[in-house]
Amino acid sequence: MLSYIARRLLVSIPTLILVSIFVFALQQLLPGDPVLALAGEDRDPETLERLRELYHLNDPIWMQYLRWIGGVLQGDFGQSIRTGLPVSEMIASKLPVTIQLAVMSMIFAAAIGIPAGIISAVKKGTMTDYVANIVALSGLSLPNFWLGIMLILLVSVRWQLLPASGYVPLTEDPLQSIRTMLMPAFVLGTALAASLMRHTRSSMLGVLRQDYIRTARAKGLGERTVVMHHAFRNALTPVVTLAALLFGELIAGAVLTEQIFTIPGFGKMVVDAVFNRDYAVVQGVVLVTAMGFILMNLVADAAYVMLNPRLKVS
Amino acid sequence: MTFRRTLFIAALLGSTALAAQGQTLRIGLESDPDALDPDRGRTFVGRIVFTALCDKLIDVTPDLELIPQLATEWTVSEDGKTVDMMLREGVVFHDGTAFDGEAVKANIERSQTLDSSMRKSEISTIEEVEVVDTHHVRLKLSAPDAPLLAQLADRAGMMISPASFDGDVSANPVCSGPFKFVSRVAQDRIELEKFEDYWNADEILLDGVSYLPIPDSTVRLANLQSGDLDLINRLAATDVETVKASDDLTYERADGLGYQGITFNTQNGPKADNPFGNDPRLRKALSLAIDRAAINQVVFAGMAAPASQSASAVSPYFDEAYPVPERDIEQAKALLAEAGYADGITLDMQFPNRPENQQVVQMIQAMAAEAGIQINLVAKEFATMLSDQAAGDFQASQVGWSGRIDPDGNILGFVSTDGGFNDGKYSNEEVDRLLAEARAVSDMEERKALYHQANQILMEELPLFYLYNEAWLYGVSGDVEGFSPSPDGMIRLEGVSLTE
Repeated sequence: MLSYIARRLLVSIPTLILVSIFVFALQQLLPGDPVLALAGEDRDPETLERLRELYHLNDPIWMQYLRWIGGVLQGDFGQSIRTGLPVSEMIASKLPVTIQLAVMSMIFAAAIGIPAGIISAVKKGTMTDYVANIVALSGLSLPNFWLGIMLILLVSVRWQLLPASGYVPLTEDPLQSIRTMLMPAFVLGTALAASLMRHTRSSMLGVLRQDYIRTARAKGLGERTVVMHHAFRNALTPVVTLAALLFGELIAGAVLTEQIFTIPGFGKMVVDAVFNRDYAVVQGVVLVTAMGFILMNLVADAAYVMLNPRLKVS
Repeated sequence: MTFRRTLFIAALLGSTALAAQGQTLRIGLESDPDALDPDRGRTFVGRIVFTALCDKLIDVTPDLELIPQLATEWTVSEDGKTVDMMLREGVVFHDGTAFDGEAVKANIERSQTLDSSMRKSEISTIEEVEVVDTHHVRLKLSAPDAPLLAQLADRAGMMISPASFDGDVSANPVCSGPFKFVSRVAQDRIELEKFEDYWNADEILLDGVSYLPIPDSTVRLANLQSGDLDLINRLAATDVETVKASDDLTYERADGLGYQGITFNTQNGPKADNPFGNDPRLRKALSLAIDRAAINQVVFAGMAAPASQSASAVSPYFDEAYPVPERDIEQAKALLAEAGYADGITLDMQFPNRPENQQVVQMIQAMAAEAGIQINLVAKEFATMLSDQAAGDFQASQVGWSGRIDPDGNILGFVSTDGGFNDGKYSNEEVDRLLAEARAVSDMEERKALYHQANQILMEELPLFYLYNEAWLYGVSGDVEGFSPSPDGMIRLEGVSLTE
């Protein structure tokens, strides 16, 4: 298992290099000049030229890339043109926020999606199934920003139960931190819950049709034991893979949610950075996100093997 | 069990942040400020934070008069090339070091020499800062520079502790303003606390202030309504009614100095060679086809102010000879016919892809069509638009300017031949001469006359024309007392308090 993981990690290095080149090249295609975006009102040509020199923007692209990647290999992701802060520091400060949001959303998604999927599979064709499907579909189709603003208006403005926005670090005040994250995590979680529900349902349906389930039923086992003990465990395997991959999607989905609830995470940082043409920040975030994706894929595969020991042989 | 669970959830939700916040004012801003270093900062919201954090040599009143702040008085020599400033005594920076002439000298030199300084061009005429004595400095200029005092009433005149120059100023700014820096989490919040040794501490009634960037105006308002914020900047005009209808909130408004207008490409590259770039009559026809008052009513619920010139109506430099033009379709058509386009003409116009700008240009498109001008609208993301504009890749651009207290800052860069923002590359020797002279004269009446002369030419040639002046709209919690808005859009905290 360990050598498998090591091999996979090694293989991911070329992927990361490709990603970095790709991001770097794409950025150069973006219209708009970082210095112009930075200077804004102070568009004095002399100032602009001075800043271009200062940030090496007049160098050929390959030279800029080598300078950047050389720094990255030493743990230096460069400096944000906008705030002047080191990118690695910015990423480090946002990472826990985004991870907390992702984990809490995943908890919401799993707590809603998996039981709903099981129930709707077991009660296939009944009213319960239809209702669960409609709810799931709504979850998928409701835009995050709409749901977010509605929640703010209801929960924060009308009922004054939860803060409308902002963020408190988990280490500072755990209870308040969870409270500020409840709504955004719920918003993000609903869309994922719908995916999870539908996958759990189809996976469960597949398993419930298997011979061994019929055998289990024939042996006179209770329906609860059949479903939870025999079927669910096997149906879980593809769901776990999906959950791990959704985790990556979650980071992307967080962009809008973080904007609405003004949570200082990855999504918000990268949106601002793109608008400001703050290249170093965009590159840093994309690279770290790619690493996260690769890692989550690895976790999914490992979980797969653990859940289904037959795969260990191969 | 159910009861206990309910109780638990209630307790979880109930321990809300509604607990007393002390006397800390929480302000919602429309975006995150950039570097908190007056020499490097360039955003408008950054200036709002600086207002609490960093004192300037000179301040400005709501009537746009320059008044003392760190400098108690100043005199400009006959030839306009020497400025003598007396400095306030007993002022200390947040790190406890004293503010004096040496500090002024060090600050100005830093603004002029720092690699990443955005202030160089604003104070480029200062050749030498002579420290006459501890509280007297003499600025020696290379040429008379009337707008210089206004620059010293903004970021170029903000003083930071010279002892902090070696550190990372952006991450830990040390100024001498009423509040000192505590912490910043990028894109989340900036916390300041009252500076006990402030020279004017009696006027500061708050214990602290937090700035929270919240880009979406609906969310910003929701935070004000829920009590998570005490004051919000840039209230959307369409939300004013909501705020008025609330018993707990009030709204405040000030006419602003900034404007939105339409800039034409008259000489910047091949794209300038189009009928609108070549013929001022067409530009005038378009201007006459637009009902500025209607735009103000429809898009801004009547909260903005229709505009006719670079100086806003609140400025003493406003030129009465050019009031807001009335819509005149017949004259617009006559001008088109005169220019040889009686059958109509098309114009490509770019605009920033923001909701308000989009509404404005769509109204313009409809109004211009009635006069026979077909406008092709091209929405662009702001940084892209600026870049295309600078490169000459446009016929017309709907673009704005945040406004400066001195008239020079609102016109020179846009229409003078070498102007930094002159993206249409308009060039007229007489305009250049008049504006340069207006820069060198310090007498206000004389300056006014020069700007008005320049206006006469500009209003005929219309390299750009103006649509409306933005107003500063604020949503304010009923708990806030003593807040009054200023035309420069800054949030001044002297005399502001919270009742709860």
